[in-house]
Amino acid sequence: MTKARITPLIITDHTLTTALGCGSKINLAGLKQSKTGLTPCSFHTISDLDTWTGEVCGVDDIVLDEALKKYDCRNNRLAQLGLQQDDFIKSVEKASAKYGPSRVGVFIGTSTSGIQQTEMAYEQALKENEETEVLPDWFHYPETQNVYSCSDFVQRYLALSGVSYSISTACSSSAKVFAAAHRAIASGLCDAAVVGGVDTLCLTTLYGFNSLQVTSSDICRPSDAQRGGISIGEAAGFALVEMQNDSNGGIAILGYGESSDAYHMSSPHPEGRGAFIAMSEAIERANLQAADIDYVNLHGTATPANDTAEGKAVSRLFGNSLPCSSTKGWTGHTLGAAGIVEVIFSAFSIQENWLPQSLNTQNVDADIEANILLQPQSHLPINYVVSNSFGFGGSNCSLVIGEVKATTSKQGKEEGATQ
Amino acid sequence: MTQVYIEAAGLVAPGLAGWKDSLATLRADADYQAVELERYKPLLLPPNERRRATELTRLAFRVAEDVVNNTPASDISQLAAVFSSSCGDHQIIDQISRALCQEQRMVSPTQFHNSVHNSAAGYWSIATGSQATSTSLSAGDHSFCMSLLEATASTAIEQQDTLLCSYDTQPPAPLSSKCYVGMPFASALILTPVKTANSLAQCSVELVENQTESSCTNPQIEALRTLNPAARCLPLLELLANNNSGSVYLKSTGSLCLKVSIATCQ
Repeated sequence: MTKARITPLIITDHTLTTALGCGSKINLAGLKQSKTGLTPCSFHTISDLDTWTGEVCGVDDIVLDEALKKYDCRNNRLAQLGLQQDDFIKSVEKASAKYGPSRVGVFIGTSTSGIQQTEMAYEQALKENEETEVLPDWFHYPETQNVYSCSDFVQRYLALSGVSYSISTACSSSAKVFAAAHRAIASGLCDAAVVGGVDTLCLTTLYGFNSLQVTSSDICRPSDAQRGGISIGEAAGFALVEMQNDSNGGIAILGYGESSDAYHMSSPHPEGRGAFIAMSEAIERANLQAADIDYVNLHGTATPANDTAEGKAVSRLFGNSLPCSSTKGWTGHTLGAAGIVEVIFSAFSIQENWLPQSLNTQNVDADIEANILLQPQSHLPINYVVSNSFGFGGSNCSLVIGEVKATTSKQGKEEGATQ
Repeated sequence: MTQVYIEAAGLVAPGLAGWKDSLATLRADADYQAVELERYKPLLLPPNERRRATELTRLAFRVAEDVVNNTPASDISQLAAVFSSSCGDHQIIDQISRALCQEQRMVSPTQFHNSVHNSAAGYWSIATGSQATSTSLSAGDHSFCMSLLEATASTAIEQQDTLLCSYDTQPPAPLSSKCYVGMPFASALILTPVKTANSLAQCSVELVENQTESSCTNPQIEALRTLNPAARCLPLLELLANNNSGSVYLKSTGSLCLKVSIATCQ
């Protein structure tokens, strides 16, 4: 069944903090300078992992407000650091004043929330007394480890009081928040929403992905014939979203597509079956054709399985000439934050009419027939971008990003939708 | 206000082993007895996965299998899904945290891929072959309420039949000292955008300010409501079991309550 066109979800404001730096400006500059944020792993006490990470500088130094002390963990510190950039809080305050604090929803994606706090609590408990295993007093489980912690923290930090939940579908989490926010606003549960993704480096993901043999000892090289797997990163990104109406326009989510692989817990379907459905449905909801799309920001993790499967789905839907690239070479794979990072990167591509290359990629794998960019492209009109995010459990989400005018504008290349 | 139809319900908790077997207790026709749940073997999981399935995945499958058994007409390979759990898989978190305390930090690859919050949802889509959209979420103690909102919005807007599963298990020690869950509990609903021959009730949801949350009418059931985040659905299940029309208020996030109105179809 063809998906009906949706009303564009306007990104009124956004902010991004990754290994490239704090704030959208420095992230855009890092992209344009082809400067990776990845370095050989020196996280925490790790000395036995031969891998690269995209660590955000200064997270350890962040101090949470006194009233939110119980929420103190690396993930919420990064959330606060991210929220403080780009005057994003002022935009949220404006929306809160306009609609009321209970009418601005909060939907944050994360895969591991504040699990590092649990890791540290176990380490202390087992070291102190292996028999009694008493967890330390400083460990506040609901405010840190629980998956809801980051949405709860963001909602409290922004003084909002409406609907709020965390989506945790591994690496598609913070792409799916846009679909959830769209449905919530369309059903009248809120008038605007803060969506985003926050995921931080922790032992669980670093040693976990290592045990699955999908971390690369080399810097990650998406789509490269010699690619050896992922480099794990961390990031916090947020967007304030509202429905398109007669007075607002700008960069918007024009369509979303969500699907399940129904194939394997940690490997994608080899033909990219679920990826194809997600991209197709996103384009349908945007009321576009595959030929209208100008660029795909790939999930492109740099694992052999993901890049080959995604390449097949992209080629099947768009042919082999559409420009594509993964931006994981800059930030690493930021897991539950990957969706928001790459939506904001896609917004940069549209604003700047500029496409990033597949950083660190030298020779494209012969099995990937899609047009993987090895050099950045500029001076092209970029109107419509597809951003892909796929996760463990076969969870897929694709988004179409484009620019729209307010519904009354006569010049808009995207007039108002019917729904 | 969002309006959908409830096609079927599922329920699994100590002494409430399946929707049909729980009706008498929910209606206060029989006394509640906290009979411990026996280990469940999910019927839809392939044998390999069944052996390795954690307590949380087994509980999610048990309630999902209960609800689909109560609606023979549903094509489970086409169902969209919303899975909600406040805490996720305590057992796996405990095991991985312990492994990370060892000098070698050897994390089991199976445990790691089972650690994702959408693990049960992933196994469910593999078991049923459903490629439809599936979301896994948490809103702490308000997880059932938020997942009901996401599921009703998904059903009404996307015009698709949706399975809603809400579940939480008890954490092992030492996590249990930091996170209280009094008993395992799981509920499930199948929601449809249009009325069918099997519809139990029409269900409308609406957020309201300045309301207090509803309690259950039956004091024995009310005693269970705050033992587990997933058990916050009990006032709604009580209405459904009694085949009554009416409204209940579930505590939402922030300053809100969710008004859930039921108009019986039977």
